[in-house]
Amino acid sequence: MWNDSGILVEVPSKLICFLFALMVSAALATLAQAQSTQAPAASAAQPAPQTTTPAPQQTLAPAQPSTEPPAPPQKTLAVVILDPAHGGADAGARGSAGIAESDVVLSYARLMRISLEAQGLRVILTRQANDDPSFDDRSRLANAQHSVIFISLHVSSTGQPGTVRVYSMPRMALTPNPAIAAHSGLLPWDRAQFNFIDQSRRLAELIQIQMAQRFRGSSETPFEAPVRQLRTVGAPAVAIEVSSVSVPDRAPLDQLGPGLADGVARAVAAFRTIYESGGK
Amino acid sequence: MNREASRALPKGLKTTIAVLAAMVVLGLVTLPGLRQAVQRLRSTPKTDEQSRREVMQEPISTPTDVPVEAQMFWLSTSTLNALEPTTIQLPLSADPVERSKQLINALIARAPGPEKRTLPAEASLLAFYIQPNGTAIADFSDEISSAMPSGILSEQLAAESVARTLGANVNGIRLLKILVHGQEAESLAGHLDLYGLFPVPSLVPGAEPHK
Repeated sequence: MWNDSGILVEVPSKLICFLFALMVSAALATLAQAQSTQAPAASAAQPAPQTTTPAPQQTLAPAQPSTEPPAPPQKTLAVVILDPAHGGADAGARGSAGIAESDVVLSYARLMRISLEAQGLRVILTRQANDDPSFDDRSRLANAQHSVIFISLHVSSTGQPGTVRVYSMPRMALTPNPAIAAHSGLLPWDRAQFNFIDQSRRLAELIQIQMAQRFRGSSETPFEAPVRQLRTVGAPAVAIEVSSVSVPDRAPLDQLGPGLADGVARAVAAFRTIYESGGK
Repeated sequence: MNREASRALPKGLKTTIAVLAAMVVLGLVTLPGLRQAVQRLRSTPKTDEQSRREVMQEPISTPTDVPVEAQMFWLSTSTLNALEPTTIQLPLSADPVERSKQLINALIARAPGPEKRTLPAEASLLAFYIQPNGTAIADFSDEISSAMPSGILSEQLAAESVARTLGANVNGIRLLKILVHGQEAESLAGHLDLYGLFPVPSLVPGAEPHK
């Protein structure tokens, strides 16, 4: 009831019971609606992304402070960062015939750029020539963009020549510090990849399938490895590694270039569909 | 005139000139080889680490050493891009830290062949610790980076070979941290991230808790 000053001093118990019953019935109704949208018959009528989030949490649970940074917003995939690894004084892997990883990956990046730009994507290279930006400089380029994916290119010194492996970060390598995440709500730079592990894994799967179709001996499933460059990228990010600089001359490596570019472009097109529909 | 002058030279002087001329010719013939040898010596200077290892030839041994069949993880020759266990006889200490040092040293020094090697022959273990929570810290010399075949694949297999060898032979190690010359390095040889910890899969039968 209200006092003379208009302040609520007492609430009748019947009113509390009525309000509680009203909330419970509203919650049950929402729950039933959410379950019906997940049924196969109704799935065509409902947009897929809505079914992935349990509705009761949205309607019943009050807003709680999240212990993890918010999930990245789903947008149109606009930018691809291609990262030809190494460069400058750091030649990367070097074969006995003098083939340098840094040279080969730059030529791959230029071919991939053409294939990806043909899809209407904006493509940025982390280096255009024989220079060597730091890991963080390369990550910074990606983290300054919205709706971006990051592809790091490597040539190994080992492995079966002519095969290609695609890597994403393992979850274990990026376990966040809960104290930092809870208090700041920000994504720590040194674990920026943490929220994108599933998307990165999906991108790696799509590229690896393309590589297996093109390059005999390549695995059909992608790999997980704590690759330094990927850790600080706050976007879906993968590393592609070609084997190897141990070949006697560069021609076999150059011949892989067009297939790599086409395979990556097709995989990115497939990923784009998933990314823009909000799936993983 | 010249002929007369040469005739006038004493016989001993002629012999000396002939010997000197022969030595000059010999010197010219051997000069390229000498130059190459000097260049070889210049290009591979002996590092402090190598000098230290030459002095410390004696393998680590402790009073509790017992010859056991140790399971070592080197590169597989039958399966591409994979490690495989190889059993060797190795005297191993009962102390987990000393035991781990012996295993890592054997992983470097006793690789059956270059095709099975995971860690560079030039590398050495500088220090090894085990924290009470089961995190092992292995501090390697610079050669673990500088002499490592560069690449995600080779670097990952190197770290994995250490982790799996420790897991198969030492109780109580759950995680592995790799340092390079006492420092936290960004990467092993340009690719593999050394920021985090590597899981150590325990394969010790009837594993006892770490003391």
